[in-house]
Amino acid sequence: MRRDLLTGNAAAAWGARLAEVDYIPAYPITPQTEIIEDLAQWIGRGELEARLVTLDSEHSMLTAAGAAAATGARVFTATSSQGLVYGFEMLYTVAGWRVPLVLVNVSRALAAPITLEPDHNDVLAARDSGFLQIHAETCQEVLDSVLMAYRLTEHPDVLLPVLVNLDGFYLSFTREPVSLPAAAAVREFLPAYQPVHAKLSAGHAMAQGVAVLGGSAYAFFKYQMQRAAEAALAVHAGIAAEFADRFGRSYGVVEGYQLDDAEWVIVMANSFSTVGKAEVSRLRAGGEKVGLLRLRLVRPFPVATIVAALSGRRAVAVIDQNISIGKGGILFAEVASVLRGGSAPPLRSFIGGLGGRRFRSEEFDLMLAALRQAEHSGGSSEPHLLFSETEYLQLREMLRIAHGQK
Amino acid sequence: MQTRREIYKSIKEIPREEFLAGGTGLCAGCGGLLALRLFHKALGAKTVVVNAAGCMTLVAVFPFTPFHSSWLYTAMASAPAGAQGIRDALDVLIAKGKLPADEDLKVVVVTGDGAATGIGLQATLAAIYRGLDFYYFCYDNEAFANTGFQMSPASPLGSRTATTPIGTTTRKENLFELWRAQRPPFVATVSPAYPLDLMDKVARAGRWRGPKLFISLSSCPPGWGIEPADSVEVAKLAVDTGVWPLKEAHDDEVVHTVIPHRLHPVEEYLKRQARYRHLFEPVRKADILRQLQADVDGYWQRLGAAAPVARVAQDDWSV
Ligand SMILES: Cc1ncc(C[n+]2csc(CCOP(=O)(O)OP(=O)(O)O)c2C)c(N)n1
Ligand code: SF4
Repeated sequence: MRRDLLTGNAAAAWGARLAEVDYIPAYPITPQTEIIEDLAQWIGRGELEARLVTLDSEHSMLTAAGAAAATGARVFTATSSQGLVYGFEMLYTVAGWRVPLVLVNVSRALAAPITLEPDHNDVLAARDSGFLQIHAETCQEVLDSVLMAYRLTEHPDVLLPVLVNLDGFYLSFTREPVSLPAAAAVREFLPAYQPVHAKLSAGHAMAQGVAVLGGSAYAFFKYQMQRAAEAALAVHAGIAAEFADRFGRSYGVVEGYQLDDAEWVIVMANSFSTVGKAEVSRLRAGGEKVGLLRLRLVRPFPVATIVAALSGRRAVAVIDQNISIGKGGILFAEVASVLRGGSAPPLRSFIGGLGGRRFRSEEFDLMLAALRQAEHSGGSSEPHLLFSETEYLQLREMLRIAHGQK
Repeated sequence: MQTRREIYKSIKEIPREEFLAGGTGLCAGCGGLLALRLFHKALGAKTVVVNAAGCMTLVAVFPFTPFHSSWLYTAMASAPAGAQGIRDALDVLIAKGKLPADEDLKVVVVTGDGAATGIGLQATLAAIYRGLDFYYFCYDNEAFANTGFQMSPASPLGSRTATTPIGTTTRKENLFELWRAQRPPFVATVSPAYPLDLMDKVARAGRWRGPKLFISLSSCPPGWGIEPADSVEVAKLAVDTGVWPLKEAHDDEVVHTVIPHRLHPVEEYLKRQARYRHLFEPVRKADILRQLQADVDGYWQRLGAAAPVARVAQDDWSV
């Protein structure tokens, strides 16, 4: 085992390299490009025996990826933001083909206005497509998740494509020490792909993606996808246990931080959870029993685990780095939808971190105060849109300049 | 009629074996389906069809498929990218010894003119640019037929579609020349009314690696307003009037593979179809008829001495 200082992007590329992928259709978008460039370098130097092809768009890229997977190749690809939504039609199509595919998304907020920094509207927009979603917090987790994602997507009970998410800039370009498992050990954990049902070749005449009319066949196939996604929870547990055995790092469907005795819980996802954890430690030092629940598997949504982790707490805050305009936080709605009955805690919804906006310590103090109040007033809440007075004043200044005022 | 063929010289040589069985849900007399059936005969069974949204998407309806070969429906915009993924996967798997070489497939995109000239053009030009080894079969019914015969970039000047009720005012997009500009190894026009020409081209095109285009003018009974029984005859008139020249190009030279000795007047073709009826009733639209004939004459005249001359009755030119 080697330890290297790797960016999140390089860790994703290492995941694909160690998975010994056959095929990488690509299209550039910041901040994903480094992943593909690393893979291209390795292919060029003969360190990875794969074919990399630059397509004309993410729509085409995902079509090629799915079609190659339907032919029996192990396929990897990566995108971000506008690229993910440009390929949207094919997310549904590839998932419906029931072919294995690992797609890394480097989260970046969506235009307009255009930005390069992250939030999660891109990846969460894909949550109904049939792609399973793993959201990573660290560079190590990115690499490990790519390897686990191949096991998950290729499992005969699953056969749904998997999206591994990491935050643009905050993780994509942050260097962290990453353990690189030995190729031979990975090969044991993840043997070469053996197609289960999809295999386009002369020996196997196959019709894939054919029209179904009348609704009942369509519904049947969609129900099958739902059942497969449900089955993925148990499959993931098995894979995670095996991964922990072999490589010594364990990943659950969620991660708890200072959670066991926590009275107040903050729910977060992705790399900003690291900020959340630091704030939890600070609040703990001040004697507050606060904990954090990080959502790692967003699809399938680990309902039972989340219910068990949150039931009986005094109050729970969900911090969304996304905004469903006209509704509020997407993860808040997801979490709220599964918490019901006597032991369900009161919930509060916060929106922050949009377009890479940083969280402030005062905001965590404010959230804790809101949770204390929630415990008594109960019920649910309107989304609280985090924005500080200093930011507002800065923005007023920018607006003044934009309007050409002296 | 002067013709050029090397492999399929007589109707008797057309294989009896079918790779596309009868009994699909498509319209009776669909010229596109007939052309596809012939096309498939020339390719054989070791084929995978990558389809874009259009009428042919409904050739296979679960749980039935008429194809003896494989089929992948992608989306309207990206069938050539699907072909890329399959071609690459086959190549990589064969190279790595994971797939026996005799399990290789010919990869074929099947798409309508709307997808070929519009939403799918980007993916198509990209596939040609990359030199993808595939066959591209466009059945050109000159409209978006599957959604009710709306105008597409391939709808010819003056033709009526559901979105151009008084006739289009634009000229047909030239897919043949769009492809040729990128110098792929083989581009051709074909017709379901000229089966030997069609099959001969497909068989000969197999000599070249790279992108191979076949645009089949595809008579469409409901869209064109013709009887299913007349579908092949109307398709034949398109060739015999010079409206749909049968040709091919590899390297730089365009070769006409079927040259009528004398061209019939274009009106003979137009008058057979309800989509052109407004050019004759309630009043004759002489300007546009003259334009359509002049376009055809101009095309053949530019070809030079060997070109046939349209036999046009003088009184047809009166206003
Ligand atoms: C992205 C997208 N937009 C629109 C459609 C609807 N649609 C299905 S078939 C079709 C027409 C296709 O026209 P053409 O390519 O000429 O094939 P034809 O219908 O003539 O067979 C359209 C617009 C679609 N399937 N996908
Ligand atoms: S509408 Fe036209 S192209 Fe479509 S199936 Fe019918 S005849 Fe063929």
